[in-house]
Amino acid sequence: MNTIEIIEKVSVEVTINGQRQRRDVEPRMLLVQFIRDELRLTGTHIGCDTTYCGACTVLLNGEPVKSCTVLAAQADQCEILTVEGLEQDGKLHPLQEAFAEHHGLQCGYCTPGMLMSSVALLADNPSPGRKEIRKGIAGNLCRCTGYHNIFKAVEAAAEEMREGADHGHQI
Amino acid sequence: MTWVGKSLRRKEDDRLIRGRGLFTDDELAPGMLHLYILRSPYAHARILDVDVSAAEALPGVACTLTGREVAELCDPYMQLAPGPAANIRDLPMAVDKVVYQGEPVAAVAATSAAIAMDAGLLIEVDYEMLDSVMDVEQSLQDDTVLHDAAGTNRVWHGVFDYGDVDKAFAEAAHVVRIDRLHFHRYSSTPLENNACVAEWTRQGTVEFLCNNSFPGFAQQLLAPGLRLRTDQLHIRTYDVGGSFGNKIWNYVYMALAALASRKAGGQRVKWSEIRTEHLLASGHGNERTFLDTEVALDANGVLTAIRSRHLDDCGAYTRYEPLGCVIWSQVTPATYGIRNLRIDFTQAVTNKCPVVPNRGYSRMQHLWFMERVLDICAHELGIPADEMRLRNYIREFPYETPNGCIYDSGNYPAMLDKAKALIGWDDWQKKQAEARADGRLLGIGIGTTLDSGTNNFGQAQIMNPDLPFSGNSEVATMKLDLEGQIVVCLGTGPSGQGHETAASQVVADELNISPDSVYVRPGFDTAWNTFVGHSGTYASQFAVTGLSAVHGACQKLKAEMRRLAAFMLEAAEEDLDFCTGEEGPELRIKGTDRAINYWFLSNLVNNNNAMLPESLADVTLNVRHVYRPPFKVPDTERKFGNLTLTYAAQLHIAVIEVDRETGRPKILAYSAVDDCGKVINPKIAAGQVHGATNHGIGAALMESFNYDEIGNLLTSTFSDYCPITSMNIPDVQYGNIETPSPFSYNGAKGMGEGGGGPLHTIAAALQDALFAEGIIIDDSHHSPSRVFDRLQEPNRDRRVSVRSG
Repeated sequence: MNTIEIIEKVSVEVTINGQRQRRDVEPRMLLVQFIRDELRLTGTHIGCDTTYCGACTVLLNGEPVKSCTVLAAQADQCEILTVEGLEQDGKLHPLQEAFAEHHGLQCGYCTPGMLMSSVALLADNPSPGRKEIRKGIAGNLCRCTGYHNIFKAVEAAAEEMREGADHGHQI
Repeated sequence: MTWVGKSLRRKEDDRLIRGRGLFTDDELAPGMLHLYILRSPYAHARILDVDVSAAEALPGVACTLTGREVAELCDPYMQLAPGPAANIRDLPMAVDKVVYQGEPVAAVAATSAAIAMDAGLLIEVDYEMLDSVMDVEQSLQDDTVLHDAAGTNRVWHGVFDYGDVDKAFAEAAHVVRIDRLHFHRYSSTPLENNACVAEWTRQGTVEFLCNNSFPGFAQQLLAPGLRLRTDQLHIRTYDVGGSFGNKIWNYVYMALAALASRKAGGQRVKWSEIRTEHLLASGHGNERTFLDTEVALDANGVLTAIRSRHLDDCGAYTRYEPLGCVIWSQVTPATYGIRNLRIDFTQAVTNKCPVVPNRGYSRMQHLWFMERVLDICAHELGIPADEMRLRNYIREFPYETPNGCIYDSGNYPAMLDKAKALIGWDDWQKKQAEARADGRLLGIGIGTTLDSGTNNFGQAQIMNPDLPFSGNSEVATMKLDLEGQIVVCLGTGPSGQGHETAASQVVADELNISPDSVYVRPGFDTAWNTFVGHSGTYASQFAVTGLSAVHGACQKLKAEMRRLAAFMLEAAEEDLDFCTGEEGPELRIKGTDRAINYWFLSNLVNNNNAMLPESLADVTLNVRHVYRPPFKVPDTERKFGNLTLTYAAQLHIAVIEVDRETGRPKILAYSAVDDCGKVINPKIAAGQVHGATNHGIGAALMESFNYDEIGNLLTSTFSDYCPITSMNIPDVQYGNIETPSPFSYNGAKGMGEGGGGPLHTIAAALQDALFAEGIIIDDSHHSPSRVFDRLQEPNRDRRVSVRSG
């Protein structure tokens, strides 16, 4: 007869989009479930079960990670940024603006992950060429746009961020 | 100011870029249960026993479901097929046997998704494995029958015979015979999996939040399946993360969530499919084999006749099928003037995942076939690819095809010119000559595709004359709300196509206001009374059906507003203008400053109506318009009639080099020209073209559902299925032309399904690269290993023969 042992919960405390949050969760809980189900930030999506699609991408201590492949417990005491944290003081992040302006999204399901990977890309490389943009979002699937307009949106946002250093975004 | 035709930024984006959309899986509520579906590891097996006792004993489990229970609580879904296949018992869960890997055999609802899965793994199922039927030709032998109630694996058979085929063959200058072509199995796999939240209320109704993309159809299957009336179902969608047709039959799973809620005493139950489930068991595109094709041509290489046998593999259940057995005939001659065709069409079940409409549904398989035929003939007769097309293209529009379809408008030669200019045709011709001199394998291919839109459901009667379907319709409701806002509801239930924005553009033009003043409710909701049986987003039709419905609703609302305003302003109706004044939208007496605004009009009806005369008693400022295209029931005996209203077209050119050592095909250049008639929102239309092109390139070079001989799906995760990424998509040169449709009020054609374009084009480019190696491109999928195998074993001698004179 199979039995399942009930394991005690672990405490996870994170700073997410600038806010301190603590929850007691099952040790097996994934970070993406923690973000979506415990903290109710449902902008971060789930699109696969093999760390392939990147819909769940968030920044963990500034690094892009696929939050379906990180345990919530591993994120304890970390800083997390999700799509909900991109807009600051009512002002959209230049990448958010550019994705809308250049039609870099259709159904919008990949968009949060795509935005977070792009944020990380531009933090690393403010002037990426087309090849570097392709590589920067290679871990993020989009099934609607054919990527064409996403490339254009990232290029436009990069330009905006270089030229308008005063756009006010700290990200 | 005219808004239609502008690249307006999408309304939908405001929430989606902020992560504030509402996708079904985002719904979470206290006490909600989560459903786990246990699926068959076998493709074909008898179920001897299902033991759920250990699962039910696990703390947190609310209930389980087995096939036997489901069979007691449900009626099998209505089958569309005539004859023996009508007896297939399609229930949401397997009862006595499973017929494909991934078919549901049991389910558990528990307080968390993790506990539900834990419990699911405690369910013990005893199976007795049966022989699997993995090939359509083997299936038709009926040695092993999947559905005992049908007694045969053959689902449908019909002959489509037009013109005088035998005479054309007797008079032919050349006859080309192609023994076998194969269109592979793939799907466009939306990034959001299927999901639903169901609540079987104590009042006996069922509330659904879901991501079904054809809810008009789904509710007509779900309600009788659950033994309810359609008005007892409340179905709504909000944001849907792509569908491409694939979410049309997720109603099968919606029933399981509803039954679990019922058994759990009415608690809400959420089912969120995981990706592996999606790839295993949520619908694949139709796989088709083309046998014994013979093509008659005149001395100039003009196609005069085709006869061929087509076998469609629909997987384990028919579901939306066998509609695909007729849908392809919307584009019977493709873009060519051929008048004599005899297609013998058969569909059969196999132990694979059931098929589902997939972007370009059924037409692209046929168009791929027609393009292969034309392209192989061009190579065999030594006619250049572009010249071959120009000799065969239809040039006069409207054009009646041999089976009675009316191509509304088009200009294929102009598209070819544009695609050539975009890619630099002459330059590539030179480079090709150089490459060939160096022994390199470089090919240039052309693919012409039709995206027929706005179905005449009367074609269902060609498949089964007893089906009560014909015509088409879509609905929009529109009101001037209490504070004077314009509120529009659509029946279409979009999944990323920007319907809120496009509808706003139409309304803004009609009322002469800003699109910002128009609120289009997201999603679909049966409670709005904004649905007909055809409601949904499928078959490339929104620009025609959806927007015609919105346009019609505008006329009705405007007529009411005009009557009210004329009364209040003591003016003649014809003296009133719809315009935007200093305080916003209003009706104004021409040439004066006397006006009445929308709030005042709405208030007159809704709050302050004692002064209204009897003559305005019928004014509600809440209108509903149903658009019906002008279709007739086809002649089902002759399989003849107009099956679709509009014909958008795509013309692609690809340059591909094949690595002789590894077989790897690499796209060196690609151009894509689209014609969808008058464009409503160029940005949105271009986005559809980009996406469809992406799907087609992915399907041709990467994506394929591969089964082993006993029915294991070998590509059941994204890691194995390899959806196309940003690293694989080439830089595509996009362009468009506009040939307005004479059949839609706005000149637009439905569009978005040009997914097949790259499949034809890439096959043609590979053909051009490899013909000299003695290779005929006979499959739609070109992985490096397949191309490598072809290079080792050329097939031209056994695939093709030519008889001239």
